[in-house]
Amino acid sequence: MTPQPSDRPAGAVQAPAVELLGITKRFPGTLANDAVDLTVRHGEIHALMGENGAGKSTLMSVLYGMTRPDAGSVRIDGRDVSFGDPGDAMAAGLGMVHQSFKLFDSLTVAENVVYAAEPRRFGFVDRAAARGRVRELADTHGLTVDPDARVGGLPVGLRQRVEILKLLHRGARTLILDEPTAVLTPAEADALFAVLRSLAAQGRTVILVTHKLREVLEVSDNVTVLRDGRVAARLRTATTTADEIAAAMTGRAVELDRVHAPGARGDVVLDVTGLNAGDAVRDVDLTVRAGEIVGVAGVAGNGQSELVEALAGLRPVTAGRVTLSGRDVTHASAAGRRAAGLAYVPEDRHAVGTAPAASVADNLAMGHHRTALSSRRGLLPPAAVRTHAGRLVERFGIKAATPDLPAATLSGGNLQKLLIGRELAHDAPLLLVEQPTRGVDIGAIQNIHDQIIAYRDAGHAVLLVSAELSEIRGLSDRVLVMYEGRVTAEYPKDELDERTLGLAMAGGTARRPGAGQDGDED
Amino acid sequence: MFLDSDLLMSVLRALTPILLAALGGALCERAGVFNIGLEGLMLVGCFTAVSTSWFTGSPWLGVLAAALASAAYSLILAVGAVTLRGDAVVLGVAMNLLAAGLTSFLLRTVFGVQGTFDDPSLAGLPVVGGFTPLTYLSWAAVVVAAVLLSRHVWGLRLRGVGESPDAAATLGVNPARHKYAAVLLSGVLCGLAGAQLALGNVTLFSENMTAGRGWIAVVAVMLGRAVPLGVLLAALLFGVAEAVGFRLQGLGLPQQATDAAPYVVTLGALFITTARRRGRTPRASRGPRTPGTPRSTGSTRSTDPSGVAS
Repeated sequence: MTPQPSDRPAGAVQAPAVELLGITKRFPGTLANDAVDLTVRHGEIHALMGENGAGKSTLMSVLYGMTRPDAGSVRIDGRDVSFGDPGDAMAAGLGMVHQSFKLFDSLTVAENVVYAAEPRRFGFVDRAAARGRVRELADTHGLTVDPDARVGGLPVGLRQRVEILKLLHRGARTLILDEPTAVLTPAEADALFAVLRSLAAQGRTVILVTHKLREVLEVSDNVTVLRDGRVAARLRTATTTADEIAAAMTGRAVELDRVHAPGARGDVVLDVTGLNAGDAVRDVDLTVRAGEIVGVAGVAGNGQSELVEALAGLRPVTAGRVTLSGRDVTHASAAGRRAAGLAYVPEDRHAVGTAPAASVADNLAMGHHRTALSSRRGLLPPAAVRTHAGRLVERFGIKAATPDLPAATLSGGNLQKLLIGRELAHDAPLLLVEQPTRGVDIGAIQNIHDQIIAYRDAGHAVLLVSAELSEIRGLSDRVLVMYEGRVTAEYPKDELDERTLGLAMAGGTARRPGAGQDGDED
Repeated sequence: MFLDSDLLMSVLRALTPILLAALGGALCERAGVFNIGLEGLMLVGCFTAVSTSWFTGSPWLGVLAAALASAAYSLILAVGAVTLRGDAVVLGVAMNLLAAGLTSFLLRTVFGVQGTFDDPSLAGLPVVGGFTPLTYLSWAAVVVAAVLLSRHVWGLRLRGVGESPDAAATLGVNPARHKYAAVLLSGVLCGLAGAQLALGNVTLFSENMTAGRGWIAVVAVMLGRAVPLGVLLAALLFGVAEAVGFRLQGLGLPQQATDAAPYVVTLGALFITTARRRGRTPRASRGPRTPGTPRSTGSTRSTDPSGVAS
């Protein structure tokens, strides 16, 4: 029953590296996996795709011994296994790189790699052997990293290498990578793909859990798509297309990379000159006009978050000037800026954007308590809060059982809809929006993008900060690139392409309009 | 002479209990358990050491009993903070208050006295070359702890557990077991600290005789960044303050003022270190980020209450 490529001689049929048969797992209220089969051959890169909630993580935690399935079996190299915990799975040659890395920041690379599997001398860690081991593994697989570096000081791409080295040190033959490119730059992702290909070429097996189409098409051999806990499609990468995969993920045709018509530009709403905020933001000039979406691209950690905080009034401005609809708000408080016409969707919707323990209705009221909902003597009439919530839930399609439940019960996509809906409802001249679709599935992404475009079309200014290049490209009328705290490049919509943008994000070019408009591409 | 070998000797004597307790605190800190109960653990050690020595006539049995009793007492923190996931600060404060009350109560019921139990026939620890053997032991403990933490497999695992129990667990290391070991070891060390205080520095038990030394040890852990050598230097600072304060008393300064010396030094040290740390990382929640690290990895996950989103 295992599909083997027909070109192999029958005598040499090798059992698949990983076989999951009829995996069913039920959680209260949801059937996370419904009789899921997954077959991964030796030496292949197998992509496991699906939207949030499709059952990918459940399936992988079953495989990795973190969850016991209600039904179904797991076979490694053709033998039935039953893992009680990840230790069993590791002993059987599996290894997982989790989406949030499991590293010790204060320890060195070598210490992280050998942790709990240390080369020893008389009970002491043999540090020379550990270092040698890291170098040896690194050389074999093109995973160059300094064994003595502190992990905490390494960029994400290298931290990921440490995670992979950790697994290789433990003799993992099958590597499971959960959303490995979520935090990587395009260049780092390419380097990772090269490593994965080299691992596969040496006979190791890679399972790539992801919802990104680009990397699936680029690096995988086969794709299994999950939707609503079932296998929606099994595809060979060589013969499939992005549209086919997206359709399998969502169950309907999805327009990828929609390009929106530019809006009609009006007056300058946000005018920033020479803005500095400590060391993180340096000499930033930018303007956003009414009816315009300005995208800020950049690898995370290059000052975008700090720029947004400085604009939102959450971080002191150390030099420069910020005007909002003609009012100087350089040193205004967050409340003062909102009064001057700012709506703000922060990056961290759990810790900053919402109060997860408070009800959906209360979350929707936050910020509106000053204006729309205010009543005599500072009391918020519960009826007004409820009506307001009902209106927004309806208008923005927020799926909440009742508005009285805590916001924490909403799915990531719905919580984001709540946050964006609440801010759009201010009808403020400027919308500051940060990572609007991070961790949100494709269906909700479309909805959120449409809302942002509609807001622009209503004549508002939007400043969009996103790490997703496709989002920046799809929505922005103009794109700024931030690198090491400065705006280093600016592109109008019609001159955008992912390659130059990626290069600028890595600090490769410095280009501003007027600074050599023609013939400056290299 | 103000600065002489006598002063040095008294510095080292004052240093010993603080150093032992602080080493215990440092082990807990590295294992990710904030042990603020050092004061109470020491006090239990003081009482147990004195009463055991009194009833058996052997100060060595006193030392042994103190180590065991304080280790047993430290189980409150281990069970409460590690197994039951309670707040270590609340537990530590409770341990300190309980220890003060319990030892005062036992002083009355066992010895029938209030305030201080003091008897010429109470056997103290022998003095060799000016110090009790526990003082030499404390110096050795610094070296052992330093080597253990930085070089030994157990130390590496303990540091990993303290930094990220989650990551340690995924690699098959049991965080709870390591945390228990660290807390129990801190109990043993605090028991030794108490024995040194009650059978070495003096030979008596009086109510609340630790007088803040456990708290000073907590500060020494912070000041020394939970590194054994750093803890030694920090404890040395307090030892000097205490001995100098004692010496100033001899020069006619009021006792209340000189007794305050170690605490003034503590406050000063706290100010300096927090100011220095503040300067390095402007806001704890927003520490220096490496390029490409999202501010909160948690935010990319949906909040499925079953914890198995997607």
